[in-house]
Amino acid sequence: MSAVEAATHPTAANLPALRRISTRFFRSELLLIFGRRRNWAGMAVLAAVPLIIAIAVKVTAPRPGGGGPDFLSSITSNGLFVALAALAVELPLFLPLAVSAIAGDAVAGEANLGTLRNLLAVPVHRTRLLAVKYAAIVVFAVAATALIAAVGALAGLVLFGGGPLTLLSGVQVPFGTGLVRLVLVCGYIAACLAALGAVGLFVSTLTEQPIGATIATLIFAITSHILDAIPQLDWLHPYLISHYWMAFGDLLRSPIATTSIWPGLGSAAAYTLIFLAAAWARFSSRDITS
Amino acid sequence: MTVSSTPVAPASQPHPPGGRHGHDPAVRTFGLTKRFRSGQVAVDGIDLDVPAGSVYGFLGPNGSGKTTTIRMLLGLVGPTSGQHELLGHPMPAGAGTALARIGALVEGPAFHPYLSGRANLRRLDAADRHADPRTSAARIDEALERVGLLAAAQKRYRAYSLGMRQRLALAGVLLQPRDLLILDEPTNGLDPQGTREVRTLITELARDGATVMLSTHLLSEVEQICTHVGVMHVGRLVAQAPLTQLRADATARVRVESRQPSLAVETLRRFGLTEILVEGEIVTAVLGDVVADRDGGPEKLISALVEDGVPVRGFGVVTPDLEDVFVSLTGEGFDVSG
Repeated sequence: MSAVEAATHPTAANLPALRRISTRFFRSELLLIFGRRRNWAGMAVLAAVPLIIAIAVKVTAPRPGGGGPDFLSSITSNGLFVALAALAVELPLFLPLAVSAIAGDAVAGEANLGTLRNLLAVPVHRTRLLAVKYAAIVVFAVAATALIAAVGALAGLVLFGGGPLTLLSGVQVPFGTGLVRLVLVCGYIAACLAALGAVGLFVSTLTEQPIGATIATLIFAITSHILDAIPQLDWLHPYLISHYWMAFGDLLRSPIATTSIWPGLGSAAAYTLIFLAAAWARFSSRDITS
Repeated sequence: MTVSSTPVAPASQPHPPGGRHGHDPAVRTFGLTKRFRSGQVAVDGIDLDVPAGSVYGFLGPNGSGKTTTIRMLLGLVGPTSGQHELLGHPMPAGAGTALARIGALVEGPAFHPYLSGRANLRRLDAADRHADPRTSAARIDEALERVGLLAAAQKRYRAYSLGMRQRLALAGVLLQPRDLLILDEPTNGLDPQGTREVRTLITELARDGATVMLSTHLLSEVEQICTHVGVMHVGRLVAQAPLTQLRADATARVRVESRQPSLAVETLRRFGLTEILVEGEIVTAVLGDVVADRDGGPEKLISALVEDGVPVRGFGVVTPDLEDVFVSLTGEGFDVSG
């Protein structure tokens, strides 16, 4: 077909060539997650916790806290501990809830709206769709963790000041090193949440009800917490998804205690791989009747 | 412009679609079957043949398996057995290549409710690796313009009426040049004006060289804009032909109204007419080619009846319309309103 004919008859012969690498769909996915008001509200709740902690500690005397590393009592000595205390408080429920909401919505939400069939007919290859969805979940997990840490660190520095940081092992390190340790903590927590995100993505391929997928993913996380708290089941504990989550406190020792960190990362990687494979196996052969 | 006055005739629109597969049928299926897990057979061994350049009416009552067939064509649903080809590419292996040249609208519009119409199209375009990001904004506005939604482009989808939603879905199909459009009930939910506009649009797209496969339960839609038709009935393809052929196959009958039908029967029999039926005072018979035009045509029967002393009150030649043809194929009526 000549160029002239191509111009008069706009058939697909002059379709632009396939772009092997395109980040447009991924960016569109991020826009969908971070442009949605529901998710702003969720992130506002996540960001409110460090503010509440900082203000509460400022106006009252600190008391020893419950589970997890005890950061509350250290807050008055260094503002960075607001970030760590907030992460410790939000890791059991709020952060898993936020990740479950995003991951549960990933495929089931599109199926529920019917937009899934539009995307697949574009065409978006099913494997690519899952990859983009999961990448966006990981970005959200990192962003949610970083948001809490950033708000906590800022509020803490404003109310309690910075300076050298006394680590949990009693060693004092410069403020810069302390900041690096906080970033490591965020990375570790994000990796744990990304594993939960893989579980959520798998559940999301099973249903057309995003709320159902979210609740099921959250129940998975909470059941893990409950089982982890039953000493008689100690043989099971290393295999639970949340067993090593609170080990992030080990990153605040000098030297860093890796006895739980490495197994924690290994567990997260195993959960991620297994559930991504399951999601792919399920989604690549599923009939899209929504 | 009214669509009904300018039907697209198959012979007068010889536009081969672009690409090296131009001479392959746009859609071809071989014994395509879908049996759901419930055991229900939604589609039962159909052999579709949608010629390139045609406007193919995929006609059938609701629940006859049209949407399931379209979902199988697009790879959304895996067939239980059978194969199919799109634009000459065997599926599902050729899905990436074939689907990029196909615009599809499956079972009503579906978009993100809290995004604007334009943002929804932007998302669809972003997902398409064949789409050039530099021309994205221009193509989106052009598509919105073409379906008359440009003024409402900034509105959230949730505020759209059903008609606007249907148009947005069509705009999504028009983001790229297409060789084949697979449209599932594209006029569903539109008012008469919107229906006319969409049919005009489809006719224009077909004239520009695209093959159109249009699923519908409206016979009038097929009569107005289609060149070919395939009729679905309880999961089976009961007929498939160019519309002109179906019309030609419809056999004309003479109809004589008389107080003495038995006399009329004698006269008709003398001329060699067959399948003579008497119902009260009405006699009908297959005209066939026994009374050809060169012998005076059906008019000759009138004078013969009068000469034979048959008291004739009424006389006519009745050609069954397409609805009668389809009713005879499916044993059911079609919704012909709209």
